[in-house]
Amino acid sequence: MGIMIHMNTKTTLDYKNPFTSSAVIIIGIILLALSVVVSINFGASSTLSYQDVWSAIFHFDPTNSSHVIIRELRLPRAIAAIAVGAALAVSGAIMQGMTRNPLASPSIMGVTSGSSFLIAIALAALPGISYLGLMMFSFVGAGLGAALVFGISAMAKGGVTPVKLALVGSAITSLLSSLSTAIGIKFNVSKDISYWYAGGVSSIQPQHILFAIPFIIVGLILALILSRSISVLSLGEDVAKGLGQRTGYVQLLGTIAVLLLTGAAVSIAGMIGFVGLVIPHITRFLVGVDYRWIIPCSAILGGILLITADIVGRSVNPPFETPVSAITALIGVPFFLYLARKEGRGL
Amino acid sequence: MMPNTLAKNEAKYKFLMITTFILIIMAILISINAGYMKIPIADVIATLFGNGTPQNELTIFEFRLPRIFMALLVGLGISISGAILQGISGNPLADPGILGINAGAGFTIVLYMFFFQGTVFITGWLSIFIMPFAALIGGFIAAFLIYIISWKNGRVTPIRLILVGIGINAAFGAGLTIFQMKMEPIDFMKAIVWLSGSIWGTNWTFVWMIALWLVVLIPIVLYKSRVLDVLKLGDSIAIGVGANIEKERRFLLFISVAIAAVCVSVGGGITFLGLIAPHMARRLVGASHAKSLPLAALLGALLLLLADTLGRVILAPMELPVGLVISVLGAPYFIYLLIKTN
Repeated sequence: MGIMIHMNTKTTLDYKNPFTSSAVIIIGIILLALSVVVSINFGASSTLSYQDVWSAIFHFDPTNSSHVIIRELRLPRAIAAIAVGAALAVSGAIMQGMTRNPLASPSIMGVTSGSSFLIAIALAALPGISYLGLMMFSFVGAGLGAALVFGISAMAKGGVTPVKLALVGSAITSLLSSLSTAIGIKFNVSKDISYWYAGGVSSIQPQHILFAIPFIIVGLILALILSRSISVLSLGEDVAKGLGQRTGYVQLLGTIAVLLLTGAAVSIAGMIGFVGLVIPHITRFLVGVDYRWIIPCSAILGGILLITADIVGRSVNPPFETPVSAITALIGVPFFLYLARKEGRGL
Repeated sequence: MMPNTLAKNEAKYKFLMITTFILIIMAILISINAGYMKIPIADVIATLFGNGTPQNELTIFEFRLPRIFMALLVGLGISISGAILQGISGNPLADPGILGINAGAGFTIVLYMFFFQGTVFITGWLSIFIMPFAALIGGFIAAFLIYIISWKNGRVTPIRLILVGIGINAAFGAGLTIFQMKMEPIDFMKAIVWLSGSIWGTNWTFVWMIALWLVVLIPIVLYKSRVLDVLKLGDSIAIGVGANIEKERRFLLFISVAIAAVCVSVGGGITFLGLIAPHMARRLVGASHAKSLPLAALLGALLLLLADTLGRVILAPMELPVGLVISVLGAPYFIYLLIKTN
């Protein structure tokens, strides 16, 4: 523990700890694999054995109903949870690194609410819209939400501060969600819209994953490519410029990665808060300040958090499902309060 | 201040109070007239003086008027509650909704409705009078949590207070989502609509209940308006002029939470109103609470009645919860204040 705290206080880039970081990645992947098995195995139909899970993945038999359940319902759900968790966590890590703002995260900065708002508009204006179309709206919405929050904060007296971003983000979220509810009532699509607002991976469809995963993968790769530049940028924009970085270019690409990741995640699972806030902090605590390690580790830890939250959500009150967003909120709120008390320091 | 400016201020204050009052009367007439069943103004006036058709009488006296009075009282209460919070925290952005006090009160109200649902008890007048106490418990738990969590190094900074409030809000929201599964879907939908702010207790018993609370609590606030003025000057000056600041602050916080909780128990979680009305009042008559509190109360009543009427008309025959109307108007106002303040 002492070593970890020591690492956390290091702020220089030359400090590398490949050993801890590799350990986080390896243990993380093992935990991830275990939770996938638990997630697939765990459900309303209790007859599935680990044997079934194994053979459904590697020796698929379309006539076996357990195999079909696993292939059509359980496996997509597990994959979706991991993809969404990874996307939100990396998106938060990029935002925190680029803005040097410990409160930055897709849900607090209004990015997810922008996505949900445009999804609500799409559902109302274009009934029967394809999933791909919906995802495009989600991307545009993510951009809209981010632009609104950052644009408005930039107009504020005294410049952009972490706290102002959080406050503007929460006001924009409340505005957009009120408008979405109104749209839902007016066009009689409340039920569809509430699905995105509840946030969860319970009614995931395999086709949706096939569409969304490529975008998430592109976003993750982009994040990995940028990770070195983000480390430099996290030292401050002036320092980054002094070191010869073209900061505008990095910020543009970073924003694109955030929008891809968040937009795709919201289009699968709706609004899930706090993953993008909590995971990057935990990751920094574990592996230090080098974003070349933070980004892959955040992806893995984010996946673990969301798939675990999904399993918990299924077991709180079976056979009913508790939305995963409520579970992540309960985990995330104490963390958020802790950061609020620290008020801006500690990145 | 020069005597004649003082007199001028006094005249301006009276003018504003009277204008707002006239606007409220007009809003009441519009609100009686508007809705799924349109009643012409002439018939409204005839009915009010006892010469209406039985059908109009039923609609106006049993449905429209209780709701209108409820909206006025809730708007009045929430504005006062917001004004107190802003005064004691020295924070222009404080509001019972933003701080999570409404969410806490709402959470215990939902629990209360759940445990007594389907019994005879819940529809009786006793239940209606006990309900605010349930709301009080939740409101105080929320206020207590916010206060101790944002307390650090002997003080509560405005920004930390708001951030902590946002977190508490999210926590109660998540708690409610988890709890929803235990509820019947129909009750759950009712709870959701109500939590986003909707005047639902539309019979005279509810009106009397909330009126009783406000009649007791509001005079205390008005009596304390000078204390609020002193507290707003900042801790060191307040101590300098001899105010026992922590004691006064806690007492006023108690009153503010009580008023907010009572309003939540009938009006649901209305956010931003407690922010807008006091701010508008201060802009109009200045910082003195003796003037700004009454004006804020009237403005809040007017705004909530207008928003409720708008919500009934805009998507008719469907109804838009009044809290959503207020949020759509209030969020931009909050952002505007945020940009303006340093």
